[in-house]
Amino acid sequence: MPTSTEPGRPDPEPTTLAHGHDGRPVSDRGDTVCVIGAGASGLTAVKNLVEHGFGVDCYERETGVGGAWNWRHDRSPVYASTHLISSRPFTQFPDFPMPDHWPDYPHHSQLLSYFERYADHFDLRRHIWFGTEVVRVEPVADDRWDVTTRSTGGYGPERTSRYAAVVIANGHNWSPKLPRYEGLEQFRGEVMHASSYKDAAQLRGKRVLVVGAGNTGCDIAVEAAQQASRCWHSTRRGYWYAPKYVFGRPADQVNDLLLALRVPLRVRQWLYHRTLRLTVGDLTRFGLPKPDHRVYETHPIANSLLVYHVGHGGIAPVPDIARFHPHGVELTDGREIDPELVVFATGYLPRFEFLDGKILGDDEGVGRPRLWLNAFVPDHPTLAVTGLLQPDSGLFPLAHWQAVLFARLLRLRVSRPDRATAFAARVRAGAGERYAARVKDSTRHWFEVGHADYLRALARALRELESK
Amino acid sequence: MRGWEWARPVRPVRREVLSAVPELEEGRPPLLFVPGFGHGAWAYAENWLGHVAARGFSGYAVSLRGHGGSDPAPEATLRAYAHDVVQVAASLPRQAVLVGHGAGALVTAHAMARYPARAAVLVAPVLGGWATFGTALRRNPLGTLPAVFGAGLRLNRRQLFSGELPDAEARRYTARLGRASRRAQWQLVTGADPEPAVGDPPVLVVGSPDDRVVPASALTRAAQRYGSAPLLFPGMGHDMMLDARWREPIDAILDWLVKDPTRDGRD
Repeated sequence: MPTSTEPGRPDPEPTTLAHGHDGRPVSDRGDTVCVIGAGASGLTAVKNLVEHGFGVDCYERETGVGGAWNWRHDRSPVYASTHLISSRPFTQFPDFPMPDHWPDYPHHSQLLSYFERYADHFDLRRHIWFGTEVVRVEPVADDRWDVTTRSTGGYGPERTSRYAAVVIANGHNWSPKLPRYEGLEQFRGEVMHASSYKDAAQLRGKRVLVVGAGNTGCDIAVEAAQQASRCWHSTRRGYWYAPKYVFGRPADQVNDLLLALRVPLRVRQWLYHRTLRLTVGDLTRFGLPKPDHRVYETHPIANSLLVYHVGHGGIAPVPDIARFHPHGVELTDGREIDPELVVFATGYLPRFEFLDGKILGDDEGVGRPRLWLNAFVPDHPTLAVTGLLQPDSGLFPLAHWQAVLFARLLRLRVSRPDRATAFAARVRAGAGERYAARVKDSTRHWFEVGHADYLRALARALRELESK
Repeated sequence: MRGWEWARPVRPVRREVLSAVPELEEGRPPLLFVPGFGHGAWAYAENWLGHVAARGFSGYAVSLRGHGGSDPAPEATLRAYAHDVVQVAASLPRQAVLVGHGAGALVTAHAMARYPARAAVLVAPVLGGWATFGTALRRNPLGTLPAVFGAGLRLNRRQLFSGELPDAEARRYTARLGRASRRAQWQLVTGADPEPAVGDPPVLVVGSPDDRVVPASALTRAAQRYGSAPLLFPGMGHDMMLDARWREPIDAILDWLVKDPTRDGRD
């Protein structure tokens, strides 16, 4: 496995020496494009840019590919039992299928091996600088970018290179979002964020409170039902717990069959409610709150086992937390419970600490940039963010098409500048657009997209770019 | 959006893949050979695979489902065949060159829309459509007509091989021929054109003007579709990898690859 320390690796020799605004030397990398991160979105960006004839330097802070899906990485959120929640056809790159003998919902270790094979198959590792993190990204004249890097951990000198374009693919599932509760500091029990949950052994024999009904929260609650001595599952609102299989097929494949048949949203919602009613029935009889929204309005939770364990008494659904006491937790309905371990599966926030928030239109610095297609930045035509999506299916095909669109755009900037200008106007006009049916607003859901709506919007943008 | 494809994934089968790998890996792209209807991976294993390995390329040949040593699939579609090719291509260690023969060239063209091949070679390509059907009817009415009603397409010895191939060998090869599924045979005539190839790979068309399955005009048309002219080897039959002078076309293909057509300054 070639790494950045391998001898004989071409060093990015400075072709011309310029000087940055603080007087340090900047090596000019010409038309080369910089990709930040070698996770799923970064890899497909590298692959598609190379395919379109660009030189690429990719910086990865870890020593392997796979980003969040590489459990060896210290920022990886995966736990031992992580499985995909969208089935294979929705999760693979559209031009590099997963082996068809794999299960419908592969395990995270299979996914990592898939990314490693992708990198080897397309010979991507020679473009990647492992163990190198990006410290700063600054715009300079002519829409070019100065990227400052150093070895991960802050060792060694910083070096700055000038690139024609930058793709940010640093992921959004590594910076934990922790809610604030009154009295949390005085709580004597153990508190952890789901990002540090790795293995069911951490729960064994304990009284566990799991907070959050995302897919992670539900997975942990299910494991706690099997391993812990007690399990409470605290959710703020009611959710629709979608089974992974309906009518003998993976549920998302059934959903896309309906989409392909152009069944309208209302009818699909009605069918969905009907199916759930007929299979799992009314969840309020278990004490679960009634959902305050219709399906397709929040990020779907694909978990067949949660309802099963609730029905077996393994999981006790409880409402939101009111405050923490030193030896207990008070709930909003006045009850008090005494967990030893509290797991916050409350999600993550996207962060771009190497970039001035104003560039992405994130003036308040809350990690909520204003982009078009969740990827293109108004007034910065050579900057793109990929993979910043929370789709209701697999992310990787969407990241693939984002990368294709950006690569074509960069190529047109040279061959047909007028077309690229038209695209920039489109980006300005469309910034902040959403691609989902009336999704509930929260810091988690602002980059939620419906994969069908989003892909249609991407396809339209590709056609506009290529037309005539 | 490929909702239909996502909603109805192709059923997995066990696929036969024959290979010949050179002793010394020289960093050349692997070649994946796709046989035409009725043929299996064996057709390439006879001559071409060994020759390719001797010249420093790794060669792989897949049997489409229902052919050769792969699992039977009587209801397979062209899409399932293309799926087989893409699956094998993606399982190779490096980005592969696809080589399709006969109707396998059409399968290859479909696969190129789902896998960014490094390059592609279409050998005596049968790209389908009504013209193909007309030629087949005119030249081989007895073998073609039953296929309209779902029987296997039959090709005779004189169509597949030149007179130079010894009779015994020709008989041995024709005895090994199988058949494609009837749905795939119908789709050969009525199916939609392949979607454009992804990754813009260079494409070479190879054929023989004396091929009694694919007329020279069809070769020119196929090559035009990919913006080039066909490379012709007179005096050979349709099954160029089995015919007596099998060495000439494969050498030409490898020479073309050695020149590295991907760096031809294409845009």
